Amino acid sequence: MTAVSDAEIIARRSYVESTGRRRFVRFWRDFVRRRPLGTAGAVLIILMVFAAIFADWIAPYDPIANRFQDLLLGPSPEHLLGTDAFGRDVFSRIIFGSRTALLVGFTASIVGCTIGLVLGVVGAYFGGKIDMTIQRLMDILLSFPLIVIAIAVVAALGTGEDKIANVIAAITVPIIPRVARVVRSSALSVVNMPYIEATRSVGSGGARIMFRHVAPNVFAPYLIMMTAFLGQAILLEASLSFLGLGVFEPTASWGLMLRGAGMQFLERAPWLAIAPGVAISMAVFGFNLFGDSLRDALDPRLRTG
Amino acid sequence: MLKHRHIAALSVAFALLLAACSPKATGTGSLTPAPAGEQPHPGGTLTFIVNAEPPSFDGHRETTFALLHPIAPHYSTLYKFDPGDLTKVIPDVAAAMPEVSADKLSYNITLRTDVKFHDGSVMTSEDVVATYNKIIFPPTGVLSPRAGAYAAVESISAPAKDKVQFKLKYPSASFGTNLASPWNFIYSAAKLKTDIHWYEKNIDGTGPFTYVSNTKGQDWVGKKNPDYFAKDKSGVQLPYLDGYKALIITDATAEVNAVRSKQAMIEFRGFTPQQRDDLSRALPNDLAIQEAPWICVNYVVPNTKKKPFDDVRVRQALTLAIDRYAGSTALQKITIVKDVGGLMRPKGPFAQSDADLQKIAGFGTDAKANKDKAKQLLADAGVPNLTFKFLNRNITTPYEPVAVFVLDQWKQVGINATHDVKETSAYQADLRAGNFDVALDFNCDFLDEPDLQLAKFWSASGLGKGLNFAYYDDADLDKKIDAQSRETDPAKRLALVADIEKYAMDTKAYQYPVLWWYRIIPYLNVVRGWRIGSNHYTNQDLATVWLAQK
Repeated sequence: MTAVSDAEIIARRSYVESTGRRRFVRFWRDFVRRRPLGTAGAVLIILMVFAAIFADWIAPYDPIANRFQDLLLGPSPEHLLGTDAFGRDVFSRIIFGSRTALLVGFTASIVGCTIGLVLGVVGAYFGGKIDMTIQRLMDILLSFPLIVIAIAVVAALGTGEDKIANVIAAITVPIIPRVARVVRSSALSVVNMPYIEATRSVGSGGARIMFRHVAPNVFAPYLIMMTAFLGQAILLEASLSFLGLGVFEPTASWGLMLRGAGMQFLERAPWLAIAPGVAISMAVFGFNLFGDSLRDALDPRLRTG
Repeated sequence: MLKHRHIAALSVAFALLLAACSPKATGTGSLTPAPAGEQPHPGGTLTFIVNAEPPSFDGHRETTFALLHPIAPHYSTLYKFDPGDLTKVIPDVAAAMPEVSADKLSYNITLRTDVKFHDGSVMTSEDVVATYNKIIFPPTGVLSPRAGAYAAVESISAPAKDKVQFKLKYPSASFGTNLASPWNFIYSAAKLKTDIHWYEKNIDGTGPFTYVSNTKGQDWVGKKNPDYFAKDKSGVQLPYLDGYKALIITDATAEVNAVRSKQAMIEFRGFTPQQRDDLSRALPNDLAIQEAPWICVNYVVPNTKKKPFDDVRVRQALTLAIDRYAGSTALQKITIVKDVGGLMRPKGPFAQSDADLQKIAGFGTDAKANKDKAKQLLADAGVPNLTFKFLNRNITTPYEPVAVFVLDQWKQVGINATHDVKETSAYQADLRAGNFDVALDFNCDFLDEPDLQLAKFWSASGLGKGLNFAYYDDADLDKKIDAQSRETDPAKRLALVADIEKYAMDTKAYQYPVLWWYRIIPYLNVVRGWRIGSNHYTNQDLATVWLAQK
């Protein structure tokens, strides 16, 4: 056995890190060059995140302040997307609405996908009764459409302006089985690989094998599912708010904007429906474009060049 | 997969654009309810919308139209308002108007002898006495929110099978009219004796329609009662309709669409000006419209049992912050509220003059001065950045826009209130349990009458039980309400009512109105025999409603 000096260890680490950084930069450079649609999606997402973070500075008006002299004004230089039935600036509400959408979307998809990842890996690793139990539970959840489970969960937990966690939970639950199923199928091929056997033979415990050796190898589908479900979660939040089960007035939320004045004044003030409708579509479109391109980029079978 | 998702997302955007840019319908609805001289045509099923679920089936217990609209057709009352002239009281199960003694302390009523309950039993004076005892003297555990309106009643008796006698403690100006309350369904004494709560979950009335079915969240169905006692002036058996179906539709847009697509003929509570205009444009030849001022108002109700709302300064600040005049100008364009008023309907027989009203906290026209004072009061009370939950019900019109307006007004004085919206049953449960900080309550009555409008101002542990959700007990205010009820001189009574308004809305600031409502009913013009009133409670037994053949 050859002794390795500290200096050599540091040098090796530094090499690995710099190689990792180079790979990361090269990956995204290739992504931008080869996948313009995915890049467009990423730009939409960045814009949305930027709007959500800097809403207080970007929005020209307070999104919930009533201005009775400005009721239902059409788009103009003062109000880019017009005003609603309370004289509130629609552009400002769209900007602030991105906060609600992203808060719910990111939280629900990260939590949902992570729980799905854990369940998928655990099922694949243990197999047998544990796997069967998890999969049958997932089957039950999968047998209901996404929106039906979300409505059931939010109805059970209750709604309210201070209960946004319930809305997030409602969106998280239907994501779990979908991710668990995909992750499990990827993990099944990993758990039978020789290196897992080798790890087991040197005495590694189940938890270490699952989360140190299996999980990182199913991270690509996890990441792709997460981006895909971000769009779905935003759409679901908008749907719940549209149905009166999400957040409530006067909170700025795209679905709520569509439901309230958007529907009531559709003929007289169409901008009230168009603005949040386009915002929802663009957000979902952006996440879908990005997610699909990311999948293509990460899947070696679909990798080109 | 990529293409499908992109197409789906773009389709949503495209559909929205198409919907928004679709051509607008033109024309206006007719303001004439029915051509003169037209004869009622028997038959058909009336389909109407109710935009909330009844919390229970007991009219004596509940205070919401969500009960009356689907359930009132199953019941009769002692007297009712004439469907042809809603200012006039006529007998229902009574055979004639009451005989009142010279001292006005005794009301003797003769009953019809041909009235049967839907289970086939004959209605007698025993049933009427049991009904009114439950309403006026409810046993422990029985909720009767309108008991306070009958505070003058000393006893009820049945001298004969077709005679009922009410004895009063003092002459009451409102008692006679209150016997026509649409809430006072006549119940079976036998059923009440078996179980005083029986009517909360069951139906057995003497009304024009018998119960068929009730699917929660979907509909309530009734069919013609062949044994109904009433006939019209031409001797034709009532009701005219074969039956009715009340569709439970809670979404405002869906309600309009139901009328627009002719799946529903009418909604008896009211639509917004915008909805009226949309329907007028969409159904220029099939729509009739009736409008009227409404004895309905939203109240802001601070829970005086909770801190800091036990502090009168905080309650005064909440009302001072609301610029009702600006709210009226703006909100009447988008929802069913209109006039600024006190506890009595504006421009009604008991309303104060505008000048007097403007002297009350929150009703002055200098909004800036009011808001400055509100800020000062909050600072004095030690809560300059007050935070609380504002309980509201999930009925869009007018609760949501009124709440959005009020929340914005409060925000301008540093109050950060979160909107806590619940469906009607949960909302009422929270109100009744005192499980809220500040609530948006409502008061709707079937008559301009201080005894009714002040009923929710009695002490919460006394006659205000079940109505006074501010949860205060105030013996002085009880005395004031009692005094106005006993006063038979109209001018003196008016002064007493004005004093109560000042005391309850300003001095103590217990609970206060936001804006009074305005009723707009656009409906399919095949519906005949129904006339709008100043409330959405009376004229709902549907006995004289009929459908024109087209």
